[in-house]
Amino acid sequence: MSTSPRRTALDALHRSLGATMTDFAGWDMPLRYASERDEHTAVRTRAGLFDLSHMGEITVTGAQAAALLDHALVGNIGGVGVGRARYTMICREDGGILDDLIVYRLAEQEYMVVANASNAQVVLDALTERAAGFDAEVRDDRDAYALIAVQGPESPGILKSLTDADLDGLKYYAGLPGTVAGVPALIARTGYTGEDGFELFTAPEHAERLWRALTEAGAPVGLIPCGLSCRDTLRLEAGMPLYGHELTTALTPFDAGLGRVVKFEKEGDFVGREALEAAAERAATAPPRRLVGLVAQGRRVPRAGMSVVADGTVVGEVTSGAPSPTLGKPIAMAYVDAAYAEAGTSGVGVDIRGTHEPYDVVALPFYKRQK
Amino acid sequence: MSNPQQLRYSKEHEWLSPAEDGVATVGITEHAANALGDVVYVQLPEVGATITAGETCGELESTKSVSDLYSPVTGEVVEANQAVVDDPSLVNTAPFEGGWLFKVRVTDEPQDLLSADEYTEFAG
Repeated sequence: MSTSPRRTALDALHRSLGATMTDFAGWDMPLRYASERDEHTAVRTRAGLFDLSHMGEITVTGAQAAALLDHALVGNIGGVGVGRARYTMICREDGGILDDLIVYRLAEQEYMVVANASNAQVVLDALTERAAGFDAEVRDDRDAYALIAVQGPESPGILKSLTDADLDGLKYYAGLPGTVAGVPALIARTGYTGEDGFELFTAPEHAERLWRALTEAGAPVGLIPCGLSCRDTLRLEAGMPLYGHELTTALTPFDAGLGRVVKFEKEGDFVGREALEAAAERAATAPPRRLVGLVAQGRRVPRAGMSVVADGTVVGEVTSGAPSPTLGKPIAMAYVDAAYAEAGTSGVGVDIRGTHEPYDVVALPFYKRQK
Repeated sequence: MSNPQQLRYSKEHEWLSPAEDGVATVGITEHAANALGDVVYVQLPEVGATITAGETCGELESTKSVSDLYSPVTGEVVEANQAVVDDPSLVNTAPFEGGWLFKVRVTDEPQDLLSADEYTEFAG
C-alpha cells in the first residue's frame, strides 16, 4: 500500500475552496469547507455538493454477470431491472459482512458495484475469486470514475437546469446514463444523506467541469460544497449504517437488523447461505442486540466504542455518535440488549469518560424527510 | 487569521491576556478553533479551582472529537464564561472576544509563552 494518500480529480479545487482535508481510507478527502453544521443544514434545507470519488466502482459484465452476483452477494441481483439499483451486502462464508454495496444494473449484462472506499479492494478480490467458473468479467473501475453527489431538496431543480435526462421519471434507487453540463455521466437517484438527491458518476477528466456547473447552477438556491464530516451526521440522523461502525465482519446482516437484504428464495447457492440460515434462525429464537437510537438528555457527545449502561451493568455499545444539528442534541446509534431496545426505555446511560450520562432510547431513524 | 498582538500564546493553542490586578483571561486561538471544527460542548474549570500550567483543566468537544483544554498558567480560577457554556459556538465565532473561557488569578507563569508573531510562526 502506498504511503501517500490518493487525491481525487477535484483535489486542487477543494484546496482552492479552503477545504480542511483529512485522510479517509487512503484518500485525501475534504472534511469540511467552513462550518460542518452549516453544510449539514444546507443539505437538509437547500442543497449540498459532495466529492465522493473515493468510493470503489467495480464493473461486472458478461452473459453470467447476474448469476455471478447472485452467487457472490446476498441479494437478488438477477431480479434488478435495467436502470435500477439495489442496496445489498457481500458476506463471508461464515455470514460476516464484508461490505454493504449499491449495485446498479446498467444493461442486461452489465452491472456497476459500488463499494465503500475502505473495502473496495476486499470487495474486488472477493468478486474476482467468486467469478471463477462464471462467464463473467470483473473489472476494477476505481480509476475510471469520479463521483459527485448533489443532495438536498433543491437538487432536482439544480440538476434539471443542466440535463435533458428525464429526472421526473428517475425513481429513488435508479440510475441512467445521460449528459450533465455537456459531459457524459451516469445519473443515479441515490445518496447517503436522508434527502432527495443524485450521484453522478463521470470520467475524472470531466469532474471539475461538472462540479463548477453544479456550483454555478446551485448558488442561487443556496447550494454549498460539503465535506465528509456533515455526510456522517446526515447519515447518522437518517439512521443509515456505516461500515466499520454498525456493520463489521463480526456481524451478520441479521445481527445488524438488516436480515431483509438476504434473499434465501433466490435460485442457486450463494456465499454464506448456510451460515446466514443459521443466523436467521438464531435471530428469530434468541434476539441479538438491537440497533437503536439514543438521544442525549444532556450535552455530552457519545462516541463509537463507548458503553451503554443500565442498572449498573453494560447493556450495549455505541457504534456512532455525534451532535445532531437537526435535533440540536447529541445522538447515537448503539447495539443494546433486547430488554433495553424498546423506544421509550428509560434509565439508560452512556459511559462518557467515566460519567454515566442519561439517554433516551428511540426508534431509528432520528430524522425522516417529509415527502 | 491574525493573532492579537497584546496577547501571549501557549503551544497548546491557548491565549492569555495581560493580567489586570493579577487576573488574566484565557481562551483558545482562532487557529485552534478552526482545527477543532464546530465546538458543541465546553467543560470549564470551576471557580475556585487551582489549575497548573501545562495541565488539563477542561474539555472542548466538537462534532468529530473531544480535546483537552490545558491551562497556560498556574493560578486560581476566578470566573468561568457562562455564555460560552450556554453557546459553545462562540469559541468558533469569536475566539478572542465573546468566546473567552475563564479568568485566572495568576500565581506562576511559564517562561515559554509565545508572542503573537512567534505563535503565528508556530501555528503555521
